[in-house]
Amino acid sequence: MTINAPAGQWVEIHVIVLPAGKRAPQVPEDTRAVPLELRAKGFLRAAAALGDAVEVSTVAGRTLAGRLAAVNPAYDHGFGEPVAELLSIGPELRKILGSAS
Amino acid sequence: MSYANVMAEKANIVRRATGLDFTTYAMGRLAFDYERMMADTGYDVAAARQVQRATAVGDTPLVELKNITRLVRALSEPGRGARIFVKDEAKNPSGSFKDRRASLSVHEAKQRGFPGVAAATSGNYGAAVASQAAKAGLKCIIVQEAFDSTGLAQPEIAEKTRACEAYGAEVLRTSVGPELFYVFLQVLKETSFFNASLYTPYSVRGIETLGHELAQQVKALTGRFPDAVVATHAGGGNVTGTARGLLAAGAVDTKIIAASVDLSGLHMASDHDFNRKSFTTGHTGFSLPFTTNPDRADVPRNAARALRYLERFVTVTQGEVFYATQALAELEGMERGPAGNTSLAAAMALARGMDAEQVLVVQETEYTGAGKHPLAQPNLAKRLGIEILRGHPRGNFPGKRIVIPERPDQMSVADVDLDHVRERYIENALAMLPPGTPLDPVDILFLAAETRLSPATVEEKIHAILGPA
Repeated sequence: MTINAPAGQWVEIHVIVLPAGKRAPQVPEDTRAVPLELRAKGFLRAAAALGDAVEVSTVAGRTLAGRLAAVNPAYDHGFGEPVAELLSIGPELRKILGSAS
Repeated sequence: MSYANVMAEKANIVRRATGLDFTTYAMGRLAFDYERMMADTGYDVAAARQVQRATAVGDTPLVELKNITRLVRALSEPGRGARIFVKDEAKNPSGSFKDRRASLSVHEAKQRGFPGVAAATSGNYGAAVASQAAKAGLKCIIVQEAFDSTGLAQPEIAEKTRACEAYGAEVLRTSVGPELFYVFLQVLKETSFFNASLYTPYSVRGIETLGHELAQQVKALTGRFPDAVVATHAGGGNVTGTARGLLAAGAVDTKIIAASVDLSGLHMASDHDFNRKSFTTGHTGFSLPFTTNPDRADVPRNAARALRYLERFVTVTQGEVFYATQALAELEGMERGPAGNTSLAAAMALARGMDAEQVLVVQETEYTGAGKHPLAQPNLAKRLGIEILRGHPRGNFPGKRIVIPERPDQMSVADVDLDHVRERYIENALAMLPPGTPLDPVDILFLAAETRLSPATVEEKIHAILGPA
């Protein structure tokens, strides 16, 4: 068996909280058609491979169970490319201020 | 436990996790004693400031936006164009006014010996609770609605995840749907942590210091109280706390204006729409339902009751907020927001209609960074096929097209019909009762206070809703 993560590794687990079809009655159709999922991070209790049923210890001291989804998951949100539609706003506004003074 | 079983236990779980028995405030058939509930916190504004100062919360700078004021005046009739100030709430420890909102809850949790605090929030509030909990040495769990069924995280919420984790909190991230509350109740039940809800009296009392401070700062700088304060409006706490703080400072004539981003057409519980909003807060998807039905919150009686204080409720477009955010960065050297700049976008339009000697205050900024930024949101929008273009803001279409104004004189506000909002509020209040329940006189007085209508007008409106008896 492949071991992706040793015990003690910081990982993310994935849990299906409510399967599609068991969602709250008030949710719209597109949401009702998909499960309610949960992702949480913690320190892996025992060595495991991706997809295994595992337990983690969270920083709040709880033990949570789920499928091993990611090992040392990255923060990959960022800024992205400059947005052309925003680039010229500053020069335009400074021009109005310049002619106003 | 099943969804239905957990929801059935809601009242007990919330009572234990807030230490508040909301039933003791009940009056008549639907009324409750709002002011007694606020007083029972045991804090007034001065006591709240003392708690907040102990963790460096509050006392934020009031900054005059001189260049934006000059810009607005260049577009206005002679003698028009109010002085615009902003309360730079981004200077709070976790980067937003939400530190004020978290401070009393975390302080109470610590005083009463709770082992930790928990909150259901995808926004700045999570970082604020986590930051306050870190200072208090309490454990913290934050539950966020964070990603859609394709696994795509909303970048602004991804940043809040990072911030909460940076402060040492456990973060539970869910996919889209109101059952986040079910996950949250299970957490409260299992951990016995304090529910640092956005909507308890502690939360709203903590925001009162913002209104109080800004009233005093404006008075000291200009010799007058603000003529108007514009607040970004979502769940109602920001508007309510700020307005109450202004009143406590004696600024009784200051006009309270709420501003929300117009997200009409997008469904707040839709998996498909989740990442197509480009705004995670300050929008009509929260502000309209919460203004017309405040008690839809995670506590039985919401301390955030915006309709009691609103003199005007306006909306602006997504594109106008991105435009205002760019103006704030490039003309004033303040990179903030974007969601918190909803009120700034409204102010740039509102100030044109005010006299030049008048003072208009934008009552918050928020920190900016990776994910929560006017680059990250339009880039995500483009990736999902939403068109971004320059043009007249009236062409903005939430979820389809974000139109960045071509010129500042194209910025405007759209008024939400407050009379209609009041009727919706009364309809919702009546709908909580079994049909045919007679109201007590105290209920009429309560509804009058809730809606800023006279008791006689409330009775007329009830009659119009229920039809002839």
